[in-house]
Amino acid sequence: MIEYAFPGLLNYWIVFLLMMIGLYIVIAHENLIKKIVGLNVFQVSVFVFYISMAKIKGGTAPILADGIEVYSNPLPHVLILTAIVVGVATTALGLALVVRIQESFGTIEDDEVREKEEQDK
Amino acid sequence: MNIEIITSDLLEVATLVIMGITGLAIARIRNLFAVVMLSGIYSLMGATLYVILDAVDVAFTEAAVGAGASTVLMIGTLALTSDRELATPNARTVKGIFVCTLIFAALVYGSFDMPLYGDPLAPVHQHVAPRYLGESMGEIGLPNVVTSVLASYRGYDTMGETFVIFTAAVGVITLIGRARRKKSGKDGGSGS
Amino acid sequence: MMMRRKMVLRVVSKLLIPFILLFALYVQWHGDFGPGGGFQAGVIFASAFVLYGLIFGLGTLRTALPSWLTRLVLAAGVLLYAGVGVASLMLGGNFLDYDVLAHNPLHGQHYGIILVEFGVGLTVFAGIITIFCAFAGRAAADVNPSEPEQAGDTGND
Repeated sequence: MIEYAFPGLLNYWIVFLLMMIGLYIVIAHENLIKKIVGLNVFQVSVFVFYISMAKIKGGTAPILADGIEVYSNPLPHVLILTAIVVGVATTALGLALVVRIQESFGTIEDDEVREKEEQDK
Repeated sequence: MNIEIITSDLLEVATLVIMGITGLAIARIRNLFAVVMLSGIYSLMGATLYVILDAVDVAFTEAAVGAGASTVLMIGTLALTSDRELATPNARTVKGIFVCTLIFAALVYGSFDMPLYGDPLAPVHQHVAPRYLGESMGEIGLPNVVTSVLASYRGYDTMGETFVIFTAAVGVITLIGRARRKKSGKDGGSGS
Repeated sequence: MMMRRKMVLRVVSKLLIPFILLFALYVQWHGDFGPGGGFQAGVIFASAFVLYGLIFGLGTLRTALPSWLTRLVLAAGVLLYAGVGVASLMLGGNFLDYDVLAHNPLHGQHYGIILVEFGVGLTVFAGIITIFCAFAGRAAADVNPSEPEQAGDTGND
């Protein structure tokens, strides 16, 4: 067990910190583009978390070859590979909505958009 | 415990720290152009990390899609909107940091039940993956296990992802595909 | 006017684009043996066209790759994927069970995976081009508000 003392859980904690930076950007900033960037930061951090759970110490990439015994777990790789592509699809859709909001309200700050909506009522 | 493994662990932590610094810069900087470029760097560092963690296919995808395609789209959006962000009120910053600290504490508390990093005896490595690694050469005959799982064992899943891309492209066409009508209404551009 | 100023970019990108396309094809067809596959190849293939569009303008890109074509490819990729599934149903297997596609299961799996990855590549390629052109078309419409018809043509996707 002593072999796995470093980094142990330390790298998971750093990944949690990265996730929280992403979450903070999403909830604390009003600018919609910044929110989408924050979402991307959060997303990449979750991917890193998944992939680091798939790693086996001393293993190699899961491409079968002679003379190699230990491979890292390929299943999380597959899940995350598709998740990345879905991520860019949702980002594109979100950015398209931001463009439409800019055209309708003349601003992409969330609080100003809400103010204008109140006035229109 | 040989020197190679120690180096790769150190590299992993160092890359994570660089990602953290980039993330903090993204949160602080208010010039959105710089923010978008930094988010590209963040994705690229993520791709570097995936190589260290043996996920070469994922790294490839992240570098092409996350760092390339989404950065281009974001810059395209900046051209259509503004590239300055208004200052965040202090009260909001404090509230945000408070909420994030609470969630962080909860996550760290939860992490004590997790297996240690790189442990080959972790439950996740015991069930499905050994079959993929052991049998796929005889069943599919391709050396790249990730491709075998992606296209064959989990073909339904990948078909769904392809439909997601299709739907997203159709959605973007519907939202901003047509040039907008000249000031006919408040927004215009719907249909035409 | 804009074109003449970007001499270096124009020459270098013209040199680079064929190699980007070639690399994308390599990633597409070699994905079974090394890292790569339809998702990555689609994006790389699209990035060559995005580069072309950035340097030579959206109108030129649309002449090379009209919007009906990208829409056709967008749908064709998904249909190819689902079609492989239907074909394996017709040949007596389960949906997306490639074993029945050829006389022996291993070859069937190879055919199935290559076709399916090609379908993914087509859809991702067309999707990225479509999304890029939608954003760039909006920007073009912003620059020339006096020519709504023409802007409508270039942004039409």
